[in-house]
Amino acid sequence: MSVGSILLLVSLGLAFSFGLMGVINMAHGELIMVGAYCAYVSQVTLAHLWGGVAPGIYFPVALVLAFVSAGAVGLLLEVLLIRRLYGRPLDTLLATWGVALMLQQLARSLFGAPNVQVISPAWLTGGLRLTPALSLPYSRLFILGLAVACLGAIYVYLYRSVAGRRLRAAMQNRDMAACLGVATRRVDATTFALGSGLAGIAGCALALLGPVGPSLGTYYIVDAFMVVVLGGVGQLPGTILAALAIGGFNTAFEFGSTASLGKVIVFALVIAFLQWRPAGIVAWRSR
Amino acid sequence: MAAGRNRGLALTLKDGRPVANNQLPVSTDRMNGVAVSALPSATPWRRTALARWAPLVGGGALLFLIAPNVLDDFRLGLLAKFLAFAIVAIGLDLLWGYTGMLSLGHGVFFGIGAYCWAMYLKLEAVRGAGEALPDFMIWSGLKDLPLFWRPFASPLFAAGAAVVAPMAVAAVLGYLVCRSRITGVYFSLITQALAMILTILIVGQQPYTGGTNGITNFSTMLGLPLQDVRTQWFLYLITAAVLAGVYLSSRLLVGSRFGQLLLAVRDDENRVRFCGYNVTTVKVLVFALSAGLAGLAGALFVPQVGIISPAMLGIVPSIEMVIWVAVGGRGTLAGAVVGALLVNAAKSGLSESFPDTWQYVLGALFVGVVVLFPAGVVGTLPTLLARRREAAAGQEMAARPGRGPADPGDLPPVPGHSGVAGVAPGPGTRGGRAGAEA
Repeated sequence: MSVGSILLLVSLGLAFSFGLMGVINMAHGELIMVGAYCAYVSQVTLAHLWGGVAPGIYFPVALVLAFVSAGAVGLLLEVLLIRRLYGRPLDTLLATWGVALMLQQLARSLFGAPNVQVISPAWLTGGLRLTPALSLPYSRLFILGLAVACLGAIYVYLYRSVAGRRLRAAMQNRDMAACLGVATRRVDATTFALGSGLAGIAGCALALLGPVGPSLGTYYIVDAFMVVVLGGVGQLPGTILAALAIGGFNTAFEFGSTASLGKVIVFALVIAFLQWRPAGIVAWRSR
Repeated sequence: MAAGRNRGLALTLKDGRPVANNQLPVSTDRMNGVAVSALPSATPWRRTALARWAPLVGGGALLFLIAPNVLDDFRLGLLAKFLAFAIVAIGLDLLWGYTGMLSLGHGVFFGIGAYCWAMYLKLEAVRGAGEALPDFMIWSGLKDLPLFWRPFASPLFAAGAAVVAPMAVAAVLGYLVCRSRITGVYFSLITQALAMILTILIVGQQPYTGGTNGITNFSTMLGLPLQDVRTQWFLYLITAAVLAGVYLSSRLLVGSRFGQLLLAVRDDENRVRFCGYNVTTVKVLVFALSAGLAGLAGALFVPQVGIISPAMLGIVPSIEMVIWVAVGGRGTLAGAVVGALLVNAAKSGLSESFPDTWQYVLGALFVGVVVLFPAGVVGTLPTLLARRREAAAGQEMAARPGRGPADPGDLPPVPGHSGVAGVAPGPGTRGGRAGAEA
């Protein structure tokens, strides 16, 4: 469940850029990395200001910082690069991979190649003891909550706000929306920036679980893309189901066999499932 | 450059190298057809049979006669490695440039071929040293040689497996994926997942595969000591010969009806399907062929470098293979070769002097080649040269106003130009998955 929620958080951003816009952003993993380093930077800076230990408040600050900075990077990426490549998905894939390489190397130059450690704030250490044998770490519960909160925010944004309505209009029928006065270019940029911001939040959450390094994003990116492929394009429920399914199966098979075989089985299952429903769990219907 | 090649051609032809002119009918013209047709006042020399064969013969002479005599042993070893990569690039170009399927998992096929041959080399080394088992198996506490390792004691079997095994993997995966009409980026993502899976699998199965360290410490190949300069020489010549063979047969393939079919699938898969062709078969065939070439290259690569490890076949190496083709020019076979050589030469040159900058350069290459030069070196250079000649002649420039060489929209429509192949006739960019619309 916890793996699923991490995967969900990682793939939510992708659901925006890939699911809604059809843009393959291979640099998504690096936006996650940006978020994770934001957590590190805010922790170190606040610790420096307070003299010694960072106060517990650093983490919410980091979340905001991560959302804003990853979103800004995403916005830059969209305006400078991706905008030129709409309708050329394979080229977008390659170009964003190039950006990913550069961002990774940048992180390596700035923070050094070794991993850095983010210390969980005091209010997230420890766990909820259900039974003597089973305890749920607060950090994992927090990530679960964060995923649900992000999901709620996305729902409200997409279906209950003017901006979201414009977004859906532009995605469903771009020309018509443009005729009716929607600035589709701006909608594209906003959507992409939001997806990137979500990646930043996911990175912040990942920083709680393990060390932060330049190649952090690459660990998750393939799984996240599998989630989107499995979930189907353009639909949030598909993404959620697929994230939970892949996360759940991964954990289940890792218990049942070894970690490496578990991954193989999950991959085989995804391929098998696509035989049955090539368009993913929730298919985009069009006429 | 073109002029130089032209002169070189006259020489080599006088050498009396047999040039089978009729072997390649319309093909080459059609191959370059995109570039040619985009330039109405195209250079006439390109059309002549002589000119068509010039780069080929020149390249062959460079490869077989000049390079072995000019380069020192270390550089020749590097070049041999790059030539093996060029074979992968040709396979990838057939798949991506001609058929429009971008595989991000070619490291897998390269790796399977390499591992097959490495298993043979290891067994021969073990036998030569009089040991019972490869070292990593002893460390992992294995008592007997695993069953699937046994046939690899025979070089013949290992060589066959190095080509057939990748083809089989590609055929099965290709069949399952293409059958359900998963195309475009979805195909790319699935092949990328395959690259990740295989790496994890090899690392995880330490007793059988050598884990992260891979397979290394070879001594001899078919009785020849691998460290010997002469053996490396021999390997270079074999690799060059295989590359030449692969290149020529790929040209034949591209010029054949099957090659036309590949282009048709790339440009409009559905229309080909409606014409009564079985698109799945075509795609599976070319995917398997491409994988077989990668496996062959892997088998040639291993004895040259003396090691194969999961780090050489994961996601990152796989996508680097794509950039070779992109830089050289997708949709031209020569481009694949040139790109593989150029990028790898740049890589080894830069990593020697400035190790940190290589990744920036590589990243910039990805972005630059896609945004500015989607036709790659081979596709762009003739265009630029021709344009310069035109400008010099002062002809017709007025008829094509407002176009600068740096304007990407001005380049000839690139074969395999990404989206075109992937986008199904659906709304907006949400194509690529015909099944969704069906």
